[in-house]
Amino acid sequence: MFILQRFHDCKVELNKRGYKIASKICNNLDTTDSMAAERTVPKFDSSSIKITREEGLMLYEDMVLGRLFEDKCAEMYYRGRMFGFVHLYNGQEAVSTGVIRAMRRDEDFVSSTYRDHVHALSAGVPAREVMAELFGKATGCSKGRGGSMHMFSAQHKLLGGYAFVAEGIPVAMGAAYQSKYRKDALGDASADQVTACFFGDGASNNGQFFECLNMSALWKLPIIYVVENNKWAIGMAHDRATSQPEIYKKASVFSMAGVEVDGMDVLAVRAAAQEAVERARAGEGPTLIEALTYRFRGHSLADPDELRSAEEKEYWATKDPITRFADYLTKQKLATAQELKDLDKKVQEIINDAVAFAESSPEPDPSELRRYIFAED
Amino acid sequence: MAETLMFNALREATDEEMARDDTVFVLGEDVGHYGGSYKVTKNLHEKYGDLRVLDTPIAENSFCGMAVGAALTGLRPIIEGMNMGFLLLAFNQIANNAGMLRYTSGGNFKIPMVIRGPGGVGRQLGAEHSQRLEAYFHAVPGLKIVACSTAYNAKGLLKAAIRDDNPVLFFEHVLLYNHKEDLPDEEYIVPLDKAEMVRPGKDVTILTYSRMRHHCTQAAKMLEKKGFDPEVIDLISLKPFDMETISASVKKTHRVIIVEECMKTGGIGAELVALISEQLFDELDAPVLRLSSQDIPTPYNGALERLTIIQPGQIVEAVEKMVAMQV
Ligand SMILES: Cc1ncc(C[n+]2csc(CCOP(=O)(O)OP(=O)(O)O)c2C)c(N)n1
Ligand SMILES: [Mg+2]
Repeated sequence: MFILQRFHDCKVELNKRGYKIASKICNNLDTTDSMAAERTVPKFDSSSIKITREEGLMLYEDMVLGRLFEDKCAEMYYRGRMFGFVHLYNGQEAVSTGVIRAMRRDEDFVSSTYRDHVHALSAGVPAREVMAELFGKATGCSKGRGGSMHMFSAQHKLLGGYAFVAEGIPVAMGAAYQSKYRKDALGDASADQVTACFFGDGASNNGQFFECLNMSALWKLPIIYVVENNKWAIGMAHDRATSQPEIYKKASVFSMAGVEVDGMDVLAVRAAAQEAVERARAGEGPTLIEALTYRFRGHSLADPDELRSAEEKEYWATKDPITRFADYLTKQKLATAQELKDLDKKVQEIINDAVAFAESSPEPDPSELRRYIFAED
Repeated sequence: MAETLMFNALREATDEEMARDDTVFVLGEDVGHYGGSYKVTKNLHEKYGDLRVLDTPIAENSFCGMAVGAALTGLRPIIEGMNMGFLLLAFNQIANNAGMLRYTSGGNFKIPMVIRGPGGVGRQLGAEHSQRLEAYFHAVPGLKIVACSTAYNAKGLLKAAIRDDNPVLFFEHVLLYNHKEDLPDEEYIVPLDKAEMVRPGKDVTILTYSRMRHHCTQAAKMLEKKGFDPEVIDLISLKPFDMETISASVKKTHRVIIVEECMKTGGIGAELVALISEQLFDELDAPVLRLSSQDIPTPYNGALERLTIIQPGQIVEAVEKMVAMQV
């Protein structure tokens, strides 16, 4: 029975207490909000791969940039510098870094959700432009029109910033279709761009997800669907929202590759992404990657975060992807603790500079209120 | 009398109707354990259980369709759109099924359901989260559309909507959930199809709804000081319009200004202007004026956002100009 697999940790209990407990876990109408047993995370054997010192430091810096940027956002939000709904990415850095840094910067496409600051940073949008957007300034990557949930950059092939759940999935599929079209219909052999499409566990219960899996598998599109399964969709526990919590398995129904990966291990994510990128570039079709991860903060800075248990938060805090990778780097003698500290400092300076830039940037010109509605503006 | 915040007034209405009629149930995203994104259903799942306060996955089109099915077969669902904008994903089920099915079935079925939730501009939530769907849905036949604006009318209108045998789109405003008012201790209902006289006056008729009502009353206070006497009417029912109240007012003032938060093109005011000119043309001493939001996606930047919607000062100016107009 799949439940026994899924809830590895309560296997014994299930066997002893039988159907009653099993159905309690399965039936979303019955479960409580307290911590469900954690899924067994697939073990990744890091000794199976070799990374260089440069690669290691690049991955580390990218994750630290994401973390410290978001910490600064929280500070700036509480100081009244940014507004609206602001969704932070703390805890999930290994997914953004692991996937996006396995792609070609400024060539491959990335699409995101409202939790998009860090995907934008990994894709190469300068911290200055992301911060300025959050401040609503004219120098922001969306010219102050978009805000936290609508980061865009044509230059860095960031397709957005989608505030509505799951709506980015079909759009990303369109970018992937475009690559295939150029290659196969227009005969442009250089059109081998891959699209990475990020979304959450909650989005995977929306029809657009299933419709797009079908079409992209059908047409063998060069796309990687990355589900960041952080166990919650605001206050809705994943297990209360889906009849099959192992999202990666849904790929098989559409005859496409689906893998599950430890989303707190940047090397594991990177390895899975590299394989998926290769498959996509080779014209062999899409991949669904389910990254098991966790957000260390509430859903947004406005969320009281009352439903997730302290026990669950503590459990995941011990899996911090950054400390874990720092550990790896020092143990493998790829970097010293001092070097990592210096990198942290360098990143902090980038972020401080981004804030100074955002602060001193001009507000959008009120006379341009109606600009950008049509292509000619 | 008990001082009540609007979100609690809505909660009381839901609670009272669920207690009164056990076919009434709530469904939507995070309405149960989380208590609703604006706390309108807080703790109701504890009282009524998870099947009567149903937490759905993020599957708007399907759960709206499911509500239509439940309504066809005898239940009285209340859908909470976590934000009304999200129901754009359910446009088909709301338009084709909720709105038109009674007609296409030749009266075989009725669809007693309420679709409620927050909309509107004003918290720098960006374009997608700052929508005014009342205008988008206005053309759909078979839907009743109302917008509440105070704790008092919110409670009474929601109760009426739940008891109505038709699909009712019920608009709340993100910035009004903390509107406070003393509510009667005894039960009351506010009819869905009656406009509310907010401030009687004789100089000009100001027709408005939802949050803009409060901008209009602010403007009216400034205008009073300047010696003007505007009449402010809260439309409440956006479909159908209460033409009786509207025409009585126009026959008195002969001047109309519409203040709305939806965009100008294809907005609520557009339809109102058409009706007024069809039915009351001879009563008018001046062209009907619309003060509407700009025809643009709501920008994130605070200053631009303020420029997008109508501010009280603009209403004052418009009234001064219109009343000063020689006829
Ligand atoms: C169409 C739509 N419905 C509802 C929402 C409100 N909403 C925003 S985020 C969210 C939860 C999404 O959870 P998940 O997909 O797991 O992503 P996470 O926030 O965990 O990253 C919901 C319901 C929305 N933005 N869009
Ligand atoms: Mg999630």
